[in-house]
Amino acid sequence: MRPVQVAATSPTRFDTLQNGMRVLVHEVHTAPLVSVWCWYRVGSRDETPGRTGASHWVEHMNFKGTRNIPREQMKGLVERFGGMWNGYTWIDQTTYLETAGRDALDQLLFLEAERMANGLYEPEEFEAERTVIISELQGGENDPDQLLDQEVTATAFRAHPYRHPTIGWLPDLRSMTRDELYGHYRRFYVPNNATLVVAGDVDADDVLRRVDRMFGPIAAAPELTRLSIVEPPQLGERRVLVERPGATAYLKMAWHAPAAADPDFFPMLVLDAVLTGAKGMNLWTSFRNPAPQRKSRLYTGLVERSLASSVSGALVPTAEPFLYAISLTAMQGISLPALEAAALEQIETLREGGVSDEEAARARRQLRARFVFENDSVTNIAHQLGYFDTVTGPGFFPELQHMVDRVTSEQVSDVARRRLSSVSRTVGWFRPLENRA
Amino acid sequence: MTTAVVRGLSPTRTVLAGGAVVIVQETSMTPAVTINASVLAGGAYEPAPLPGLAFLTGRVLDRGTAHRSAAVIAEELDDRGVALRVTTARHTMAVSCSCLSEDFDEVLSIVLDVVRNPLFPEAEVAKRRAECLTTLRQDYDNPAMRAVETLLELLYGEIHPYGRRAKGTIESVERITRSNLTAYHAARFRPPLLSLVIVGDVTTAQATERAAIELEDWTGDPVQDPAVPPPLQAAERRKRVVAIPGKSQADIAYGFAAIKRLDSRYYAYYVMNNILGQFGLGGRLADNIRERQGMAYYAYSALDPSVGQGPLIIRAGVDPDNVERALATIDHEVGTLGAEGPTADELAQSKQYLIGSIPRMLETNAGIASFLQTEEQFGLGLDYDQRLPRHLHAVTLEEVRAAAADVLHPERAAVALAGP
Repeated sequence: MRPVQVAATSPTRFDTLQNGMRVLVHEVHTAPLVSVWCWYRVGSRDETPGRTGASHWVEHMNFKGTRNIPREQMKGLVERFGGMWNGYTWIDQTTYLETAGRDALDQLLFLEAERMANGLYEPEEFEAERTVIISELQGGENDPDQLLDQEVTATAFRAHPYRHPTIGWLPDLRSMTRDELYGHYRRFYVPNNATLVVAGDVDADDVLRRVDRMFGPIAAAPELTRLSIVEPPQLGERRVLVERPGATAYLKMAWHAPAAADPDFFPMLVLDAVLTGAKGMNLWTSFRNPAPQRKSRLYTGLVERSLASSVSGALVPTAEPFLYAISLTAMQGISLPALEAAALEQIETLREGGVSDEEAARARRQLRARFVFENDSVTNIAHQLGYFDTVTGPGFFPELQHMVDRVTSEQVSDVARRRLSSVSRTVGWFRPLENRA
Repeated sequence: MTTAVVRGLSPTRTVLAGGAVVIVQETSMTPAVTINASVLAGGAYEPAPLPGLAFLTGRVLDRGTAHRSAAVIAEELDDRGVALRVTTARHTMAVSCSCLSEDFDEVLSIVLDVVRNPLFPEAEVAKRRAECLTTLRQDYDNPAMRAVETLLELLYGEIHPYGRRAKGTIESVERITRSNLTAYHAARFRPPLLSLVIVGDVTTAQATERAAIELEDWTGDPVQDPAVPPPLQAAERRKRVVAIPGKSQADIAYGFAAIKRLDSRYYAYYVMNNILGQFGLGGRLADNIRERQGMAYYAYSALDPSVGQGPLIIRAGVDPDNVERALATIDHEVGTLGAEGPTADELAQSKQYLIGSIPRMLETNAGIASFLQTEEQFGLGLDYDQRLPRHLHAVTLEEVRAAAADVLHPERAAVALAGP
């Protein structure tokens, strides 16, 4: 089997500015585009009770005006170059991105430098965004699966801030003040807590010079003191039941999972592929692309036997131990106890019998293909570089393929036995209160 | 070092002996290939009394062929990390996937086997029917889905191919039999109705040759389809409310029947829609509803011109207490743009954005494949990516004003609300 390159491109250039900001530049000359991502090592894990949702709210505010870009001029800044812009916040990270024609580079760097140093946080803009975010939260609650996911996560963690939803709890969103939010912004959105990634039809030396000119003058902040909370071991299975009007029953099972840098992570990634099909490791694209899963254990054992209409698994690379979650939609007429029993039977069979060499080899091949598919654009390449620099630190991303290639079926069987135990499990049911269909 | 890059597409188009069209575009970004086989077999062509037939056909299509059982297809694809997707739209049914270049020949063979030779085994029909019924029940509980479906019914009526539910109803899906599926496949899956687009790290010669071999002995006559009926005549405003208890947010779908894709006013409508509900975070609609009033996380418009007169749909999700205020704001923005048209600045900005975004649209193999399928479906020409900027550049303020004045009338809007 010939080796597969992630993308037909040159190596990544690394630099660190005097103020501590890390810079990664990756030349890709297949389209006249450039993608700029500004990453901050802050997410909902950095939030304390009562202030949940602050990082996500900052993300929203950074689409408002800055000292040198009035709000009304924000719109059009990226669009002038045919570009798209967006951002996301999750448990470990916040990021802002733009992909546009390569001539936009200076404007995009200027926008990100302004966001880092000069956000205005006007009180009226802050208030208008409060209701926008509450609307976003309510939209999420309309989806029973998303609601159940939030409840299962909150149940699985007792102490670690990973238990908070990234969007925040509703009472916190109602009580947050402008000054509290501004304090969060000034504390975390600083050069020595940031990684800037540029990928595209650019010259790396030229980019590094421009970045230094634009971001170099921004002063470093005092070293951050972070929350350091270790989740205590779980002592037994936890359960949560959500009952609401609805039409369909949902089941979710979650286990405490290894952090990305833990030696168990890659065997777990292969285990997930064996159970539910390989998703790859790109948080930005993986949920949009279905996994190859028809030979996977839970598809053949539950969907093919008409107990569930869909199954999915989620193991995401995180800085600290998060969750491995399996989500199932019950077929009409299948009770939640029956579905749970059948799912657990599959899990226990795997734990007792292990996985075969053939299954592990298929999972590795799937992951290898996904790594290629998920680096098909400058946007996706820049995402992967920044994601792993932020979550795991440098040097991790180029090694993904080798780490997967080295996983053996014995290691996969071993993590299944140790990590998918009932003691470490949280089970969530969404039970529809009535069937209106 | 920045190097010169070949800009623009250079696809080749080959018509095979049976009438199937093969379009190939070579790219080199990754050692991968996207295959997209699109057949004119979407929901518009299913018999009106059996809504959901095309959708269910798509769900069973890849579950066993004359040459490969469902288990063998699953194994051959899963082993290569390939997830096959069957997407059923109003006019097309597309079988698509991405694979590593080294797997291209085998994966193309499976895709075309699935298109040509599905067996629709009885047991598979039963399983996928039951899955469709569960999906329908999920949709019934989904305010966004219900609002849009209700809007389309108001605009087109329940029988019209654009007005009926694409996945059918519980009653209709329960009635569909295996023989309905085989008959539908026989009627619609014919070489003259297939366009196969291949994009990626494969040579044009290899791709075209492999496709020709796989489709060599496939025959079938062209089909003469009746014209898509016009939408319902709308002299006045229509509104329908769907109650879904227990939900946190209400969904608004508001819209009009608009134009066909080949309408000469297409580019003016395209730019007008961008100004109304796309530019920036969602055009004038999001500026007002989200940015100024903080009322919704999303507010935007989408134009879907098709073979027949497709819709212009405005969408927003709001707190149930804000529904009337949001509707009044949509009325205001729609009415103002309809009466006054855009400003010259807005027009210039939108055109610059739409022209500038073309390279981004054509960056990935999947993006190129989708663009080439649209090009083929509507006969836009192999150089369409080169001509598209000129079409957009030529749009005048008067043309956009006329398009807005033609369609944007709040007093004739259809309005669907779904929520608690």
